[in-house]
Amino acid sequence: MANSSDIILSVRQIEKTYHGRRVLENVSFDVRRGEVFVIMGGSGCGKSTMLRIMAGGVPPTSGKVFFNGQDMSAVKGEAREKIRRRFGMSFQSAALLDYLTVEENVSLPIKEHTRLAANIISIMAQTKLNLVGLQGFAKFLPDELSGGMRKRAGLARAIAMDPEIVFYDEPTAGLDPVVCAVVDQLILDLTKKLQITSIVVTHNMESVFRIADRVAMLYQGRLLQVGTAEEIKNTADPVVQQFIRGNIEGPIQMS
Amino acid sequence: MSEQRGFSIFKKSEEIGTLVLSAWRVFTEGAGLFLETLYWIFIGPFKGKSVDFKALFQQMVFMGYESVKIVFFVTFFTGIVLAMQSAHQLSKMGGTIYVASLVTISLCRELGPVLTALVLAGRIGASITAEIGSMKVNEQIEALDTMGINPVRYLVVPKFLALLFMLPILTVLGDASGMLGGYMIGVYNLKINAGLYVQTAFKFLTIKDIYTGLSKSLVFAIIITMVGVYQGLKTNGGAVGVGRATTISVVVSFIMIILADCVMTGIYFFVKM
Ligand SMILES: Nc1ncnc2c1ncn2[C@@H]1O[C@H](COP(=O)(O)OP(=O)(O)OP(=O)(O)O)[C@@H](O)[C@H]1O
Ligand SMILES: [Mg+2]
Repeated sequence: MANSSDIILSVRQIEKTYHGRRVLENVSFDVRRGEVFVIMGGSGCGKSTMLRIMAGGVPPTSGKVFFNGQDMSAVKGEAREKIRRRFGMSFQSAALLDYLTVEENVSLPIKEHTRLAANIISIMAQTKLNLVGLQGFAKFLPDELSGGMRKRAGLARAIAMDPEIVFYDEPTAGLDPVVCAVVDQLILDLTKKLQITSIVVTHNMESVFRIADRVAMLYQGRLLQVGTAEEIKNTADPVVQQFIRGNIEGPIQMS
Repeated sequence: MSEQRGFSIFKKSEEIGTLVLSAWRVFTEGAGLFLETLYWIFIGPFKGKSVDFKALFQQMVFMGYESVKIVFFVTFFTGIVLAMQSAHQLSKMGGTIYVASLVTISLCRELGPVLTALVLAGRIGASITAEIGSMKVNEQIEALDTMGINPVRYLVVPKFLALLFMLPILTVLGDASGMLGGYMIGVYNLKINAGLYVQTAFKFLTIKDIYTGLSKSLVFAIIITMVGVYQGLKTNGGAVGVGRATTISVVVSFIMIILADCVMTGIYFFVKM
Protein backbone atom coordinates (compact mmCIF):
# COMPACT_ATOMS: atom_id res chain seq x y z
CA MET A 1 0.00 0.00 0.00
CA ALA A 2 1.32 3.43 -0.94
CA ASN A 3 1.79 5.83 1.96
CA SER A 4 -0.27 9.00 1.95
CA SER A 5 2.47 11.43 0.81
CA ASP A 6 2.73 9.41 -2.38
CA ILE A 7 -0.86 10.26 -3.17
CA ILE A 8 -1.18 13.53 -5.02
CA LEU A 9 -4.87 13.50 -5.78
CA SER A 10 -7.66 11.52 -4.27
CA VAL A 11 -11.32 11.55 -5.08
CA ARG A 12 -13.89 10.42 -2.55
CA GLN A 13 -17.50 9.42 -3.19
CA ILE A 14 -17.89 11.71 -6.16
CA GLU A 15 -21.42 12.09 -7.46
CA LYS A 16 -22.48 14.29 -10.32
CA THR A 17 -25.97 14.91 -11.61
CA TYR A 18 -26.98 17.07 -14.55
CA HIS A 19 -30.63 18.17 -14.51
CA GLY A 20 -31.50 15.31 -12.20
CA ARG A 21 -29.71 12.73 -14.36
CA ARG A 22 -26.91 10.96 -12.54
CA VAL A 23 -23.69 10.92 -14.53
CA LEU A 24 -21.24 9.82 -11.85
CA GLU A 25 -22.04 7.73 -8.82
CA ASN A 26 -19.89 7.11 -5.78
CA VAL A 27 -16.51 7.21 -7.48
CA SER A 28 -13.44 7.01 -5.23
CA PHE A 29 -9.80 6.42 -6.12
CA ASP A 30 -6.29 7.73 -5.54
CA VAL A 31 -3.71 8.97 -8.00
CA ARG A 32 -0.08 8.53 -7.02
CA ARG A 33 2.62 11.09 -7.49
CA GLY A 34 4.55 10.70 -10.74
CA GLU A 35 2.41 8.02 -12.33
CA VAL A 36 0.46 7.90 -15.55
CA PHE A 37 -3.09 7.23 -14.44
CA VAL A 38 -5.53 6.32 -17.18
CA ILE A 39 -9.29 6.63 -16.99
CA MET A 40 -11.06 4.54 -19.58
CA GLY A 41 -14.64 3.67 -20.32
CA GLY A 42 -17.32 3.81 -22.96
CA SER A 43 -18.58 6.92 -24.62
CA GLY A 44 -20.75 9.03 -22.34
CA CYS A 45 -19.85 7.13 -19.16
CA GLY A 46 -18.60 10.33 -17.54
CA LYS A 47 -14.84 10.32 -18.15
CA SER A 48 -14.58 13.95 -19.22
CA THR A 49 -16.85 14.96 -16.37
CA MET A 50 -14.60 13.07 -13.94
CA LEU A 51 -11.52 14.79 -15.35
CA ARG A 52 -13.12 18.22 -15.07
CA ILE A 53 -14.15 17.55 -11.48
CA MET A 54 -10.59 16.49 -10.63
CA ALA A 55 -9.14 19.56 -12.33
CA GLY A 56 -11.55 21.80 -10.44
CA GLY A 57 -13.33 23.06 -13.54
CA VAL A 58 -16.69 21.60 -12.56
CA PRO A 59 -17.94 21.18 -8.99
CA PRO A 60 -19.17 17.72 -8.01
CA THR A 61 -22.75 17.41 -6.78
CA SER A 62 -21.35 15.66 -3.74
CA GLY A 63 -18.08 14.09 -2.71
CA LYS A 64 -14.63 15.58 -2.40
CA VAL A 65 -11.37 15.95 -4.26
CA PHE A 66 -8.19 16.18 -2.22
CA PHE A 67 -5.01 17.65 -3.67
CA ASN A 68 -1.99 16.81 -1.52
CA GLY A 69 -4.44 16.02 1.26
CA GLN A 70 -6.19 19.38 0.98
CA ASP A 71 -9.93 19.45 0.37
CA MET A 72 -10.34 21.38 -2.88
CA SER A 73 -13.93 22.40 -2.15
CA ALA A 74 -12.74 24.20 0.98
CA VAL A 75 -10.34 26.54 -0.83
CA LYS A 76 -11.82 29.54 -2.54
CA GLY A 77 -10.80 32.63 -4.46
CA GLU A 78 -7.14 33.34 -4.84
CA ALA A 79 -5.91 30.31 -2.90
CA ARG A 80 -7.87 28.14 -5.28
CA GLU A 81 -6.50 29.93 -8.34
CA LYS A 82 -3.01 29.33 -6.96
CA ILE A 83 -3.65 25.62 -6.64
CA ARG A 84 -5.16 25.42 -10.09
CA ARG A 85 -2.05 26.99 -11.54
CA ARG A 86 -0.26 23.83 -10.51
CA PHE A 87 -2.56 21.91 -12.87
CA GLY A 88 -2.33 21.78 -16.63
CA MET A 89 -5.07 20.61 -18.91
CA SER A 90 -4.95 19.40 -22.46
CA PHE A 91 -8.36 19.50 -24.07
CA GLN A 92 -9.86 17.07 -26.52
CA SER A 93 -10.30 19.91 -29.03
CA ALA A 94 -6.94 21.50 -28.05
CA ALA A 95 -8.90 24.68 -27.19
CA LEU A 96 -6.15 27.03 -28.37
CA LEU A 97 -7.16 30.67 -28.62
CA ASP A 98 -7.51 31.02 -32.36
CA TYR A 99 -6.46 34.66 -32.68
CA LEU A 100 -3.11 34.00 -31.00
CA THR A 101 -0.12 32.30 -32.58
CA VAL A 102 1.11 29.00 -31.23
CA GLU A 103 3.84 30.73 -29.27
CA GLU A 104 1.46 33.35 -27.87
CA ASN A 105 -0.89 30.57 -26.81
CA VAL A 106 1.87 28.80 -24.94
CA SER A 107 3.14 32.05 -23.40
CA LEU A 108 -0.31 33.17 -22.30
CA PRO A 109 -0.40 31.50 -18.87
CA ILE A 110 3.21 32.57 -18.18
CA LYS A 111 2.45 36.14 -19.20
CA GLU A 112 -0.68 36.25 -17.08
CA HIS A 113 0.81 34.76 -13.94
CA THR A 114 4.38 36.05 -13.82
CA ARG A 115 6.15 39.34 -14.28
CA LEU A 116 8.93 37.96 -16.44
CA ALA A 117 10.35 39.93 -19.33
CA ALA A 118 8.91 39.23 -22.76
CA ASN A 119 12.10 37.65 -24.12
CA ILE A 120 12.33 35.26 -21.16
CA ILE A 121 8.70 34.25 -21.62
CA SER A 122 9.42 33.67 -25.28
CA ILE A 123 12.36 31.41 -24.44
CA MET A 124 10.22 29.46 -22.00
CA ALA A 125 7.51 29.02 -24.60
CA GLN A 126 10.09 27.93 -27.16
CA THR A 127 11.40 25.30 -24.74
CA LYS A 128 7.95 23.80 -24.37
CA LEU A 129 7.42 23.88 -28.11
CA ASN A 130 10.69 22.02 -28.58
CA LEU A 131 9.49 19.38 -26.16
CA VAL A 132 6.42 18.70 -28.28
CA GLY A 133 8.34 18.96 -31.55
CA LEU A 134 6.77 22.18 -32.79
CA GLN A 135 9.85 24.41 -32.78
CA GLY A 136 9.31 25.52 -36.38
CA PHE A 137 5.70 26.51 -35.88
CA ALA A 138 5.86 29.21 -33.22
CA LYS A 139 4.48 31.91 -35.48
CA PHE A 140 1.65 29.84 -36.94
CA LEU A 141 -1.97 30.40 -36.07
CA PRO A 142 -3.86 27.37 -34.73
CA ASP A 143 -5.96 26.95 -37.86
CA GLU A 144 -2.82 26.72 -39.96
CA LEU A 145 -1.87 23.53 -38.12
CA SER A 146 -3.08 19.96 -38.50
CA GLY A 147 -5.21 18.38 -35.80
CA GLY A 148 -2.27 16.49 -34.36
CA MET A 149 -0.08 19.59 -34.27
CA ARG A 150 -2.83 21.54 -32.56
CA LYS A 151 -3.10 18.85 -29.97
CA ARG A 152 0.64 19.00 -29.34
CA ALA A 153 0.46 22.79 -29.10
CA GLY A 154 -2.31 22.37 -26.53
CA LEU A 155 -0.02 20.01 -24.68
CA ALA A 156 2.80 22.56 -24.73
CA ARG A 157 0.42 25.11 -23.25
CA ALA A 158 -0.72 22.65 -20.59
CA ILE A 159 2.87 22.24 -19.37
CA ALA A 160 3.84 25.92 -19.79
CA MET A 161 3.66 26.68 -16.08
CA ASP A 162 5.50 23.46 -15.12
CA PRO A 163 2.43 21.95 -13.50
CA GLU A 164 2.48 19.11 -11.01
CA ILE A 165 -0.47 17.37 -12.61
CA VAL A 166 -1.44 17.35 -16.26
CA PHE A 167 -4.93 16.26 -17.24
CA TYR A 168 -5.36 14.96 -20.78
CA ASP A 169 -8.78 14.53 -22.33
CA GLU A 170 -8.43 12.01 -25.16
CA PRO A 171 -5.00 13.20 -26.29
CA THR A 172 -4.84 10.73 -29.15
CA ALA A 173 -8.41 10.72 -30.42
CA GLY A 174 -8.55 11.34 -34.15
CA LEU A 175 -4.81 11.01 -34.74
CA ASP A 176 -3.11 8.57 -37.08
CA PRO A 177 -1.32 5.61 -35.43
CA VAL A 178 2.14 7.10 -35.80
CA VAL A 179 1.25 10.51 -34.38
CA CYS A 180 -0.70 8.64 -31.74
CA ALA A 181 2.44 6.80 -30.69
CA VAL A 182 4.38 10.06 -30.75
CA VAL A 183 1.88 11.72 -28.43
CA ASP A 184 1.94 8.70 -26.12
CA GLN A 185 5.72 8.85 -26.02
CA LEU A 186 5.46 12.54 -25.26
CA ILE A 187 3.17 11.89 -22.30
CA LEU A 188 5.62 9.29 -21.00
CA ASP A 189 8.60 11.61 -21.52
CA LEU A 190 6.90 14.52 -19.80
CA THR A 191 5.87 12.37 -16.89
CA LYS A 192 9.33 10.91 -16.42
CA LYS A 193 11.51 13.89 -17.42
CA LEU A 194 9.52 16.64 -15.72
CA GLN A 195 8.27 14.43 -12.88
CA ILE A 196 4.70 15.28 -13.65
CA THR A 197 1.70 13.23 -12.67
CA SER A 198 -0.40 12.52 -15.74
CA ILE A 199 -4.08 11.73 -15.67
CA VAL A 200 -5.24 10.60 -19.08
CA VAL A 201 -8.72 9.92 -20.39
CA THR A 202 -8.67 7.69 -23.43
CA HIS A 203 -10.61 5.20 -25.49
CA ASN A 204 -7.59 3.90 -27.25
CA MET A 205 -6.60 0.48 -25.85
CA GLU A 206 -3.20 0.48 -27.48
CA SER A 207 -2.44 3.80 -25.79
CA VAL A 208 -3.69 2.56 -22.46
CA PHE A 209 -1.23 -0.29 -22.29
CA ARG A 210 1.58 1.76 -23.77
CA ILE A 211 1.43 4.53 -21.18
CA ALA A 212 -0.54 3.48 -18.12
CA ASP A 213 0.98 2.73 -14.76
CA ARG A 214 -2.50 2.27 -13.38
CA VAL A 215 -5.93 2.22 -14.93
CA ALA A 216 -9.43 3.05 -13.72
CA MET A 217 -12.39 1.69 -15.64
CA LEU A 218 -15.63 3.66 -15.49
CA TYR A 219 -18.85 2.02 -16.54
CA GLN A 220 -22.24 3.74 -16.52
CA GLY A 221 -20.98 6.40 -14.15
CA ARG A 222 -19.53 3.95 -11.68
CA LEU A 223 -15.98 2.89 -10.97
CA LEU A 224 -15.73 -0.71 -12.05
CA GLN A 225 -12.11 -1.44 -11.31
CA VAL A 226 -8.80 0.25 -10.51
CA GLY A 227 -5.50 -1.52 -10.88
CA THR A 228 -2.14 -1.66 -12.57
CA ALA A 229 -2.18 -2.05 -16.32
CA GLU A 230 -1.18 -5.68 -15.81
CA GLU A 231 -4.04 -6.35 -13.41
CA ILE A 232 -6.55 -4.77 -15.74
CA LYS A 233 -5.29 -6.75 -18.70
CA ASN A 234 -5.68 -10.00 -16.82
CA THR A 235 -8.90 -9.17 -15.03
CA ALA A 236 -11.72 -11.63 -14.77
CA ASP A 237 -14.32 -8.88 -14.99
CA PRO A 238 -16.35 -9.58 -18.12
CA VAL A 239 -17.21 -5.91 -18.76
CA VAL A 240 -13.57 -4.84 -18.64
CA GLN A 241 -12.56 -7.78 -20.79
CA GLN A 242 -15.19 -6.96 -23.38
CA PHE A 243 -14.12 -3.34 -23.38
CA ILE A 244 -10.42 -4.13 -23.79
CA ARG A 245 -11.03 -6.58 -26.59
CA GLY A 246 -13.75 -4.57 -28.26
CA ASN A 247 -16.10 -7.54 -28.51
CA ILE A 248 -19.67 -7.11 -29.59
CA GLU A 249 -20.83 -10.02 -27.45
CA GLY A 250 -20.81 -9.48 -23.71
CA PRO A 251 -22.35 -7.70 -20.78
CA ILE A 252 -22.01 -4.19 -22.32
CA GLN A 253 -25.26 -3.54 -24.13
CA MET A 254 -25.61 -0.92 -26.81
CA SER A 255 -28.97 0.75 -26.45
CA MET B 1 -65.98 21.91 -17.52
CA SER B 2 -65.13 24.22 -14.66
CA GLU B 3 -62.47 21.77 -13.58
CA GLN B 4 -60.86 22.01 -17.00
CA ARG B 5 -60.89 25.79 -16.78
CA GLY B 6 -59.33 25.66 -13.36
CA PHE B 7 -56.68 23.35 -14.73
CA SER B 8 -55.86 25.63 -17.66
CA ILE B 9 -55.66 28.67 -15.38
CA PHE B 10 -53.37 26.70 -13.14
CA LYS B 11 -51.23 25.79 -16.12
CA LYS B 12 -51.14 29.39 -17.31
CA SER B 13 -50.04 30.67 -13.95
CA GLU B 14 -47.41 27.97 -13.84
CA GLU B 15 -46.14 29.12 -17.24
CA ILE B 16 -46.06 32.71 -16.06
CA GLY B 17 -44.26 31.50 -12.97
CA THR B 18 -41.48 29.87 -14.97
CA LEU B 19 -41.27 32.91 -17.21
CA VAL B 20 -40.84 35.25 -14.25
CA LEU B 21 -38.35 32.87 -12.73
CA SER B 22 -36.23 32.70 -15.86
CA ALA B 23 -36.44 36.47 -16.35
CA TRP B 24 -35.27 36.86 -12.78
CA ARG B 25 -32.42 34.43 -13.42
CA VAL B 26 -31.32 36.36 -16.53
CA PHE B 27 -31.46 39.57 -14.53
CA THR B 28 -29.38 38.28 -11.63
CA GLU B 29 -26.85 36.60 -13.90
CA GLY B 30 -26.55 39.72 -16.02
CA ALA B 31 -26.16 41.91 -12.96
CA GLY B 32 -23.57 39.49 -11.58
CA LEU B 33 -21.61 39.67 -14.82
CA PHE B 34 -21.75 43.46 -14.76
CA LEU B 35 -20.56 43.60 -11.16
CA GLU B 36 -17.74 41.18 -11.92
CA THR B 37 -16.68 43.40 -14.82
CA LEU B 38 -16.66 46.43 -12.51
CA TYR B 39 -14.70 44.43 -9.96
CA TRP B 40 -11.96 43.67 -12.46
CA ILE B 41 -11.85 47.28 -13.61
CA PHE B 42 -11.72 48.94 -10.20
CA ILE B 43 -10.45 46.34 -7.71
CA GLY B 44 -8.40 44.12 -10.04
CA PRO B 45 -5.58 46.65 -10.55
CA PHE B 46 -4.96 46.67 -6.79
CA LYS B 47 -4.53 42.93 -6.88
CA GLY B 48 -1.85 43.16 -9.52
CA LYS B 49 -4.26 42.39 -12.37
CA SER B 50 -4.40 45.60 -14.31
CA VAL B 51 -6.24 46.12 -17.56
CA ASP B 52 -4.48 44.74 -20.63
CA PHE B 53 -3.74 47.96 -22.50
CA LYS B 54 -2.68 46.28 -25.69
CA ALA B 55 -5.99 44.42 -25.92
CA LEU B 56 -7.83 47.61 -24.99
CA PHE B 57 -6.11 49.50 -27.77
CA GLN B 58 -6.84 46.77 -30.32
CA GLN B 59 -10.49 46.77 -29.30
CA MET B 60 -10.67 50.54 -29.54
CA VAL B 61 -9.33 50.44 -33.07
CA PHE B 62 -11.73 47.68 -34.03
CA MET B 63 -14.79 49.19 -32.39
CA GLY B 64 -14.04 52.85 -32.96
CA TYR B 65 -11.91 53.51 -35.97
CA GLU B 66 -13.37 50.73 -38.07
CA SER B 67 -16.94 51.88 -37.34
CA VAL B 68 -16.37 55.44 -38.52
CA LYS B 69 -17.49 54.88 -42.09
CA ILE B 70 -20.74 53.11 -41.30
CA VAL B 71 -21.65 55.60 -38.57
CA PHE B 72 -20.93 58.47 -40.93
CA PHE B 73 -23.01 56.88 -43.67
CA VAL B 74 -26.05 56.21 -41.50
CA THR B 75 -26.16 59.55 -39.68
CA PHE B 76 -25.27 61.67 -42.71
CA PHE B 77 -28.25 60.39 -44.64
CA THR B 78 -30.45 60.59 -41.58
CA GLY B 79 -29.51 64.27 -41.33
CA ILE B 80 -30.53 64.74 -44.95
CA VAL B 81 -33.85 62.97 -44.45
CA LEU B 82 -34.50 64.88 -41.25
CA ALA B 83 -33.85 68.21 -42.96
CA MET B 84 -36.07 67.39 -45.92
CA GLN B 85 -38.88 66.14 -43.69
CA SER B 86 -38.82 69.10 -41.34
CA ALA B 87 -38.43 71.59 -44.21
CA HIS B 88 -41.64 70.23 -45.63
CA GLN B 89 -43.48 70.89 -42.37
CA LEU B 90 -41.79 74.13 -41.39
CA SER B 91 -42.13 75.78 -44.79
CA LYS B 92 -45.90 75.70 -44.34
CA MET B 93 -45.43 77.85 -41.26
CA GLY B 94 -42.87 80.01 -42.95
CA GLY B 95 -40.10 78.91 -40.64
CA THR B 96 -37.79 77.06 -42.99
CA ILE B 97 -34.80 78.59 -41.26
CA TYR B 98 -35.57 76.55 -38.13
CA VAL B 99 -34.68 73.39 -40.01
CA ALA B 100 -31.17 74.12 -38.82
CA SER B 101 -31.91 74.08 -35.09
CA LEU B 102 -34.40 71.25 -35.35
CA VAL B 103 -31.91 69.01 -37.10
CA THR B 104 -29.13 69.86 -34.65
CA ILE B 105 -31.14 69.36 -31.50
CA SER B 106 -32.85 66.14 -32.55
CA LEU B 107 -29.50 64.74 -33.60
CA CYS B 108 -27.66 65.66 -30.42
CA ARG B 109 -30.37 64.64 -28.00
CA GLU B 110 -31.84 61.66 -29.71
CA LEU B 111 -30.95 60.42 -33.13
CA GLY B 112 -27.18 60.64 -32.93
CA PRO B 113 -26.84 58.52 -29.79
CA VAL B 114 -29.58 56.05 -30.72
CA LEU B 115 -28.62 55.48 -34.34
CA THR B 116 -24.93 55.19 -33.52
CA ALA B 117 -25.75 52.73 -30.75
CA LEU B 118 -27.97 50.65 -33.05
CA VAL B 119 -25.27 50.54 -35.71
CA LEU B 120 -22.72 49.47 -33.12
CA ALA B 121 -25.10 46.90 -31.63
CA GLY B 122 -25.32 45.33 -35.07
CA ARG B 123 -21.62 45.53 -35.74
CA ILE B 124 -19.93 45.15 -32.35
CA GLY B 125 -22.60 43.44 -30.24
CA ALA B 126 -22.88 40.69 -32.83
CA SER B 127 -19.14 40.23 -33.11
CA ILE B 128 -18.69 40.12 -29.33
CA THR B 129 -21.30 37.37 -29.04
CA ALA B 130 -19.94 35.44 -32.00
CA GLU B 131 -16.38 35.61 -30.70
CA ILE B 132 -17.12 34.69 -27.10
CA GLY B 133 -19.78 32.18 -28.14
CA SER B 134 -17.46 30.29 -30.43
CA MET B 135 -14.79 30.33 -27.72
CA LYS B 136 -17.36 28.88 -25.39
CA VAL B 137 -18.40 26.02 -27.65
CA ASN B 138 -14.77 25.23 -28.48
CA GLU B 139 -13.80 24.82 -24.80
CA GLN B 140 -11.59 27.93 -25.00
CA ILE B 141 -13.39 29.68 -22.16
CA GLU B 142 -12.96 26.58 -20.06
CA ALA B 143 -9.30 26.48 -21.06
CA LEU B 144 -8.80 30.05 -19.85
CA ASP B 145 -10.49 29.14 -16.62
CA THR B 146 -8.27 26.10 -16.05
CA MET B 147 -5.20 28.23 -16.71
CA GLY B 148 -6.39 30.48 -13.88
CA ILE B 149 -7.12 33.30 -16.31
CA ASN B 150 -10.44 34.88 -15.45
CA PRO B 151 -12.45 35.11 -18.70
CA VAL B 152 -14.23 38.27 -17.55
CA ARG B 153 -10.99 40.05 -16.82
CA TYR B 154 -9.20 38.77 -19.90
CA LEU B 155 -11.98 39.01 -22.49
CA VAL B 156 -14.72 41.26 -21.22
CA VAL B 157 -12.93 44.18 -19.58
CA PRO B 158 -11.04 45.39 -22.69
CA LYS B 159 -14.22 45.24 -24.76
CA PHE B 160 -16.25 46.95 -22.08
CA LEU B 161 -13.82 49.85 -21.66
CA ALA B 162 -13.17 50.19 -25.36
CA LEU B 163 -16.83 50.61 -26.21
CA LEU B 164 -17.39 52.90 -23.24
CA PHE B 165 -14.70 55.20 -24.67
CA MET B 166 -15.52 54.83 -28.32
CA LEU B 167 -19.31 55.01 -28.41
CA PRO B 168 -19.52 58.62 -27.13
CA ILE B 169 -16.79 59.63 -29.57
CA LEU B 170 -18.60 57.94 -32.43
CA THR B 171 -21.80 59.59 -31.25
CA VAL B 172 -20.21 63.03 -31.51
CA LEU B 173 -19.03 62.08 -34.96
CA GLY B 174 -22.54 60.87 -35.79
CA ASP B 175 -24.03 64.14 -34.54
CA ALA B 176 -21.57 66.10 -36.67
CA SER B 177 -22.12 64.10 -39.83
CA GLY B 178 -25.89 64.30 -39.39
CA MET B 179 -25.57 68.06 -39.07
CA LEU B 180 -23.49 68.08 -42.21
CA GLY B 181 -26.29 66.25 -44.01
CA GLY B 182 -28.78 68.83 -42.73
CA TYR B 183 -26.46 71.63 -43.79
CA MET B 184 -26.26 70.26 -47.32
CA ILE B 185 -30.04 70.34 -47.67
CA GLY B 186 -30.40 73.67 -45.89
CA VAL B 187 -27.78 75.50 -47.87
CA TYR B 188 -27.89 73.88 -51.30
CA ASN B 189 -31.53 72.94 -51.54
CA LEU B 190 -33.42 75.34 -49.30
CA LYS B 191 -31.00 78.13 -50.22
CA ILE B 192 -30.49 79.24 -46.64
CA ASN B 193 -27.44 81.47 -46.25
CA ALA B 194 -24.57 79.32 -45.00
CA GLY B 195 -23.59 81.62 -42.15
CA LEU B 196 -27.17 82.01 -41.04
CA TYR B 197 -27.70 78.25 -41.14
CA VAL B 198 -24.75 77.58 -38.87
CA GLN B 199 -25.74 80.38 -36.54
CA THR B 200 -29.33 79.11 -36.24
CA ALA B 201 -28.14 75.55 -35.87
CA PHE B 202 -26.26 76.34 -32.67
CA LYS B 203 -28.50 79.12 -31.42
CA PHE B 204 -30.77 76.89 -29.37
CA LEU B 205 -28.32 74.12 -28.64
CA THR B 206 -27.58 73.96 -24.92
CA ILE B 207 -24.93 72.09 -22.98
CA LYS B 208 -27.73 69.96 -21.61
CA ASP B 209 -28.55 68.69 -25.12
CA ILE B 210 -24.98 67.53 -25.49
CA TYR B 211 -24.63 65.75 -22.18
CA THR B 212 -28.10 64.25 -22.48
CA GLY B 213 -26.99 62.61 -25.69
CA LEU B 214 -23.60 61.55 -24.38
CA SER B 215 -24.96 60.13 -21.14
CA LYS B 216 -27.30 58.04 -23.26
CA SER B 217 -24.43 56.74 -25.32
CA LEU B 218 -22.58 55.64 -22.18
CA VAL B 219 -25.58 53.60 -21.09
CA PHE B 220 -25.97 52.17 -24.60
CA ALA B 221 -22.31 51.13 -24.60
CA ILE B 222 -22.83 49.21 -21.38
CA ILE B 223 -25.95 47.55 -22.81
CA ILE B 224 -24.22 46.48 -26.03
CA THR B 225 -21.19 44.94 -24.35
CA MET B 226 -23.02 43.28 -21.49
CA VAL B 227 -25.75 41.79 -23.68
CA GLY B 228 -23.12 40.62 -26.19
CA VAL B 229 -20.94 39.04 -23.54
CA TYR B 230 -23.83 37.50 -21.64
CA GLN B 231 -25.23 35.84 -24.75
CA GLY B 232 -21.75 34.72 -25.75
CA LEU B 233 -21.03 33.08 -22.42
CA LYS B 234 -24.45 31.38 -22.44
CA THR B 235 -23.87 29.87 -25.87
CA ASN B 236 -24.09 26.14 -26.30
CA GLY B 237 -24.83 23.78 -29.12
CA GLY B 238 -21.97 24.23 -31.59
CA ALA B 239 -21.96 26.49 -34.63
CA VAL B 240 -25.76 26.61 -34.76
CA GLY B 241 -25.76 27.79 -31.18
CA VAL B 242 -23.32 30.58 -32.01
CA GLY B 243 -25.58 31.81 -34.80
CA ARG B 244 -28.60 31.70 -32.57
CA ALA B 245 -26.84 33.51 -29.73
CA THR B 246 -25.64 36.23 -32.13
CA THR B 247 -29.15 36.88 -33.39
CA ILE B 248 -30.57 36.99 -29.88
CA SER B 249 -27.80 39.33 -28.80
CA VAL B 250 -28.55 41.87 -31.53
CA VAL B 251 -32.30 41.73 -31.02
CA VAL B 252 -32.05 42.06 -27.25
CA SER B 253 -29.58 44.94 -27.59
CA PHE B 254 -31.90 46.78 -29.97
CA ILE B 255 -34.87 46.39 -27.64
CA MET B 256 -32.90 47.39 -24.57
CA ILE B 257 -31.40 50.43 -26.30
CA ILE B 258 -34.82 51.68 -27.32
CA LEU B 259 -36.26 51.02 -23.86
CA ALA B 260 -33.33 52.66 -22.10
CA ASP B 261 -33.63 55.61 -24.46
CA CYS B 262 -37.29 55.96 -23.62
CA VAL B 263 -36.61 55.81 -19.89
CA MET B 264 -33.75 58.31 -20.04
CA THR B 265 -35.62 60.72 -22.29
CA GLY B 266 -38.46 60.51 -19.80
CA ILE B 267 -36.14 61.28 -16.93
CA TYR B 268 -34.64 64.28 -18.71
CA PHE B 269 -38.10 65.37 -19.76
CA PHE B 270 -39.79 65.23 -16.38
CA VAL B 271 -36.92 65.89 -14.04
CA LYS B 272 -35.61 69.41 -14.39
CA MET B 273 -31.85 69.37 -14.23
N1 LIG C 1 -22.67 20.38 -19.21
C1 LIG C 1 -23.47 19.30 -19.24
N2 LIG C 1 -24.80 19.42 -19.10
C2 LIG C 1 -25.59 18.34 -19.13
N3 LIG C 1 -25.17 17.08 -19.28
C3 LIG C 1 -23.85 16.88 -19.42
C4 LIG C 1 -22.93 17.98 -19.41
N4 LIG C 1 -21.68 17.48 -19.57
C5 LIG C 1 -21.84 16.15 -19.68
N5 LIG C 1 -23.13 15.78 -19.59
C6 LIG C 1 -23.65 14.43 -19.65
O1 LIG C 1 -22.86 13.64 -18.82
C7 LIG C 1 -22.63 12.36 -19.40
C8 LIG C 1 -21.14 12.06 -19.39
O2 LIG C 1 -20.49 12.99 -20.23
P1 LIG C 1 -18.94 12.97 -20.43
O3 LIG C 1 -18.61 14.06 -21.37
O4 LIG C 1 -18.29 12.98 -19.10
O5 LIG C 1 -18.73 11.57 -21.12
P2 LIG C 1 -17.41 10.91 -21.67
O6 LIG C 1 -17.23 9.65 -20.92
O7 LIG C 1 -16.30 11.88 -21.64
O8 LIG C 1 -17.82 10.59 -23.15
P3 LIG C 1 -16.92 10.62 -24.49
O9 LIG C 1 -16.05 9.45 -24.44
O10 LIG C 1 -17.94 10.52 -25.57
O11 LIG C 1 -16.17 11.94 -24.48
C9 LIG C 1 -23.21 12.40 -20.79
O12 LIG C 1 -24.39 11.64 -20.77
C10 LIG C 1 -23.54 13.84 -21.03
O13 LIG C 1 -24.75 13.95 -21.72
MG1 LIG D 1 -15.21 13.00 -23.17
